[in-house]
Order: sequence, then C-alpha cells, then structure tokens
Amino acid sequence: MPMLQPPPAKYGGRHTVTLIPGDGIGPELLNHVREVFRFSCVPVDFEVVHVNSALETEDDINNAITAIRRNGVALKGNIETKHTMAPSVKSRNNLLRTSLDLYANVMHCQSLPGVQTRHKNIDIMIIRENTEGEYSSLEHESVSGVVESLKIITRNNSLRIADYAFQLAREKGRRRVTAVHKANIMKLGDGLFLQCCREVASGYPDITFDSMIVDNTTMQLVSKPQQFDVMVMPNLYGNVVSNVCAGLVGGPGLVPGANYGHAYAVFETATRNTGKSIADRNIANPTAMLLASCMMLDHLKLYDHASSIRNAILTTMNETRLHTADIGGQGTTSEVVQSIMRFIQSKGQLTTDL
Amino acid sequence: MPVTMAAALRGSLVTLVKGLSSPRWQQLASRPLSVSAALCGPEAPPARADATFKVTMVPGDGVGPELMTAVKDVFKAGDVPVEFEEFHLSEVQNMASEEKLEQVLTSMKTNKVAMKGKIHTPMEFKGELASYEMRLRRKLDLFANVVHVNSLPGYSTRHNNLDLVIIREQTEGEYSSLEHESVTGVIECLKIITRQKSRRIAKFAFDYATKKGRNKVTAVHKANIMKLGDGLFLQSCAEVAQLYPKIKYENIIIDNCCMQLVQNPYQFDVLVMPNLYGNIIDNLAAGLVGGAGVVPGESYSAEYAVFETGARHPFAQAVGRNIANPTAMLLSAANMLRHLNLEYHSQMVSDAVKRVIKQGKVRTGDLGGYATSDEFTRAVIANLAV
Repeated sequence: MPMLQPPPAKYGGRHTVTLIPGDGIGPELLNHVREVFRFSCVPVDFEVVHVNSALETEDDINNAITAIRRNGVALKGNIETKHTMAPSVKSRNNLLRTSLDLYANVMHCQSLPGVQTRHKNIDIMIIRENTEGEYSSLEHESVSGVVESLKIITRNNSLRIADYAFQLAREKGRRRVTAVHKANIMKLGDGLFLQCCREVASGYPDITFDSMIVDNTTMQLVSKPQQFDVMVMPNLYGNVVSNVCAGLVGGPGLVPGANYGHAYAVFETATRNTGKSIADRNIANPTAMLLASCMMLDHLKLYDHASSIRNAILTTMNETRLHTADIGGQGTTSEVVQSIMRFIQSKGQLTTDL
Repeated sequence: MPVTMAAALRGSLVTLVKGLSSPRWQQLASRPLSVSAALCGPEAPPARADATFKVTMVPGDGVGPELMTAVKDVFKAGDVPVEFEEFHLSEVQNMASEEKLEQVLTSMKTNKVAMKGKIHTPMEFKGELASYEMRLRRKLDLFANVVHVNSLPGYSTRHNNLDLVIIREQTEGEYSSLEHESVTGVIECLKIITRQKSRRIAKFAFDYATKKGRNKVTAVHKANIMKLGDGLFLQSCAEVAQLYPKIKYENIIIDNCCMQLVQNPYQFDVLVMPNLYGNIIDNLAAGLVGGAGVVPGESYSAEYAVFETGARHPFAQAVGRNIANPTAMLLSAANMLRHLNLEYHSQMVSDAVKRVIKQGKVRTGDLGGYATSDEFTRAVIANLAV
C-alpha cells in the first residue's frame, strides 16, 4: 500500500514480530529462539508466517511481506531457492528484501575467545548494499545462446548505503571505512559507487576512508584480517566478503545479520544458509540465530533482555565451551540451548524492571 | 514441580538421543524440538520459577477496593508471583491531587502494567473539565480499550456462546473535554476525530484480530450524519484493512449495530469504533452476557497496559454490602497474568473462576444467587488447582 506507513505493532509494552521459519534448520532454530524468549519473559509475540518454497506462485511471500509491513520487524530463517524451478521464479529472500527496500545489510564479525580459529582479534563490520547490483533479476537472452545479466548501480542507492556505513561507523566509534569495489574493470558502475563513497566520506572528516579492490580484499582478509574496521560494498561483493569473514571467525553458525530499511528491519543469520543437510538432526549451531534475535531485541529497544540473552550465549560459548559439531564440539543444539537458559536463570531473580 | 518434570523429560530425551546408534538417532532427533514447541502451549509451566512482577494497583471508588481484595486473596492463595504497589486515587473521597496522580504515573513508568478500579467522576462542574480518570488515560496515552464479551459456560442468558471483542478508541472523539459557551445559553461541545488516531486504533484492532486468530473486523460509525468526522474514521479503517488481506472488513452504522447486537449478536467478531459509541456498545454487550460484574476489560498504549472491568462503573450503592461480583476483576487479573508471560498462573485463575460459575452453587446476587463477594472469592480459592 503506498504512502501509508503504519505504526509498529506495540501495545502495552509487548511487541508483535513476524516470524518466517523458512526451510532447512530455520524452523528448529526459531523454535529455540521462542523457547529462550519465553523462558526469559521477553515481551515479544510472534506472528508465524510460513512461506512454502515449493510453490511457484508468489502468494506466500507477498503474504509474508504484508505481515512485515504491519509489524515492522521480522526474524527469519532462509527460504530455499531451488535452481530447478522456472527462471521466472525469483529468490523469495531477494524479493522480500527489495519489496521492503531493506537496503542495508549489516553483519558484525567478531572473534569469539572460546572458538578455535586461525586468526584472533577480528572485529569487522560489513555493510552491504542489499537491493540492486547483480541481484537485479534482470537477465535476458538477446541472441540465441547469448545471455545478458544486468548489474545496476545507482547514484541514489550508493549514496544512501555509503551514508549508512559512515553513520554507523561514527555511532559505534569506529575509525576507518573501506569501500570494496572492482572499479578498475567496471569503471562506470563500480566507479559510480566509489565516487559516491568518496563524496559521503568528505562529510565525515573524523573517519578515515580508503578503498580496496575486491579480489585483493579477499586475499587480505585471509592473510591479515585485523587491518579492517568497517567495510562497505555493493551487493555481490558483500555476499562473497561476508562469507569469507564468517568463515574466519568460525563459520555460518556463529554470525548474526540484519537488514535495515527506512521503515522495516529483518533479522536472520549473516550468511543466510538454509542448512538442509543438517536439518532436523539437532546438531545445528543455534548461536547465529539467537544472536540475531538479540540484535532484534536491541532494535526494539529491549536492551536489557538483549544483553541478558547475549551474555548467556557468549558465556556458554567462551566459558563452558559447550560447542556444536560445526566448531569442533560434541554438544547438540538442545544442549547448547539448555545451557544458555541455565545461565540466564543463574543471573538471579527476574523482575519486570529487568 | 512442572518445571522439574519438563526439565527431567528434556534431559532424558537428550540422553536417549546420545545413547543411540546413528540410523535410529535420526528418527528420534526431532523429538526434543517438539517438546520445546509443546512448551509454548497454555498448559506450560511458569516461565521462570523465581520471577516476581511488580504491578501498579489503583483500586478506585465504589466496590473497586473490595474487588481488589478478592484479586489479592486469590493471588496469595495461588502463589502468584506478583507484587502490587497500591495507590488510592479518588475524586469523591478527596483523595485526588496532582501529587497522587504523579505517584501513579511514576509507578506506571517502571511497572508498565496496572490493575485499576473505576475512579468516580462527580457530575457537577467545578472548573475542571477533564476527570482524573480521563487525565490518567491521556497521560499514559491509553488509546485502545478492549472488552472481550464471552458467555460464561453454566450461566444461561438470552444469548449463549457469545464471543465478540469490542475495541474502542478512548483518547479523542466526544471525550475531548473541549466545551465552551459561545453565546450565552449556547454550548458547543467539540468532537475530535484525527486521521492519525483513527489509523492507530484501526491497526490495533486488526493486529488484535491477527494475534487472536479472528476472521472479521467491523467498524462502527455514524458517517451518514457526521460525514467528515466519522467519515475520516471509516476511511482510515478501510486503508488499514488493506494491510490485512486475510481478515474480512465490514462497517455498520451505530444504531443498526445496537439493534443487531440484541437480535443476532453472533454475526460480529471484532468491532472497532470511536470513543462514545464504544462506551455504549461496551455496556450493551456486557449486559448480554450477565452485566458489569462478569466482563473483564483492558486498556493499552504502546508502552502501558491497564487491566480493569469491561463496563466501568463504581457501583457505589454496593459499597460495604459484600454483594459485588468479583468475576470481572478476577478474569481481568488472569488476562494481566497472561500479559506478563505467566500463562500457567493465568490459566489457573481463570479456570477456577469459570469452574465456580459453571458449578452454579456459589453465585452473587447479580447472577441470581445469594452468595456474598467473600463467599465467591473463597469458592474460587478452593477451586485453584495448586
């Protein structure tokens, strides 16, 4: 519906949040989130909206998008995109992000002391343009056997993502923003992106700005990741770089992600994995989704609930060292969740002014 | 007790899963999940055994204090982890002051949740147009009033099995407290309808319907006469309705709505309306299922929730006579417990009340019985399944 931007669904201090279970490990992880929320008396109610990835119609996803429009905030598992389906069937996840204009994807990659990795002390924030670039879904066969895929870079969207990155950097007290691009080859498209970043940077003299070509970036990331602070980039590079970074700190099961627009926010795991192969086996790492739910609580300004749950997750990870198989442990998903709930409880009596 | 049982159950499942070889392991692995899913049901144990919740309490006038005593007694007997902070605010007993109002507001700011009796508003004009009841409502921005009219099984009325929800905007409309004498002998009262507040209440109604799994929202209005004011309300409702394609949207004119309610109330599901119509319909619908003593109500703003009776009357003539029906306030208290995530206790209290009504042995005068308020409360306590 155009023009009407409804107020968020918050009444008597209780929020309503759209919950999209998605496919693979999504439903079980989100059930654990609900269990933890219930246990710690978080004033959030979920409106569960299922999206069936096997259907070719867009009714389900449109329904989910409307649900986010009315609630303002969503927590979601990844919806599987089957490559075997007709090319006209667009990625549901992408459709959701573009329809709601969730232009900024934010992930924060931080080394966890309890997890064995090759690199220590990583602390990188990745800001990815989420709505255009290579994900424009504009492809055609101009001549038989020749396919053209359009990558779209616009001045407006580049300025707005650059501004978002610098604002976030200032808010979080960061020193440096690095733009990732491939302007040596795509001189106009990525050139425009880079130029927009420079323009915005001139308005933030307190923050150092530099740029790096995407191929070099990935190499630098795996050899000396500590040199990066905040990174901003177009859509596809963001996809690649965020996966590299998640790998550096321990894998897809650990890092939460958020998608912000002007009106709506959707929270999910940073690398958006469906995890079909480990679904329903009680071995998926619940950390990323639980941390995503904490980001959501922060967004809802329920800071105390967020930090109480986040501390319990990190304590389980770093002190108890109860780990799932993906990071070399032998714990099951439910054991990790149980341990997290024990820590929440051990923090003493719960009151409404928690 | 239920906590330890569930924990033990989950613990044993985990050990079960661990002890199995891989092929059977896969079959069983999803079970702990279904256990946790089942925990979300109403039969679930308390969320946190050690939780205590502070709730603001304003007993108000008339039988309010008596009803609150019933609530406190039942909570005590049921070991409900709620502590009340009581404030006596009353205009008729000279216990109202700016300071008192401030105290209530400060307490609300930390607790977010309150139980409240009716603060009686004297009819005569003493220079202040807005009553304390209205000022409290405005200060907390309690814009939405919800009255769930539900027939009580076991108490038969003309219409049985009624189940409808009345949602009322209660911060503007006819209750604007804007009245003036433009020329001697001519008074103008302003009724204010704004787009923002109309959309807000409409969205509340649709959000409520979504949350409670209801199918239809009906807007009540008088836009045939007040074409601009009520017209704006109606237009706002229609706009918001577009965001909820799965919920049916209808509208009905207030006078017809009243007639339909007494003839065939089953056609309604959720009703949403401006302030004064809400006041009338609340009372009418409460009358359908047994009167002011049996229907709970609640008011919401974005931050706060206030639990009260559905039809708000002080019932001053009953003070001290031990005849008021505590049902409405007890059911409202149960709703408050649900709002605080205490589903288990909420269910316990509302089940006990409904059991007493269903048995029909202990009934107060308004339901045709001879029991006193205290006897009713004691019967509820005896029925608590602790």
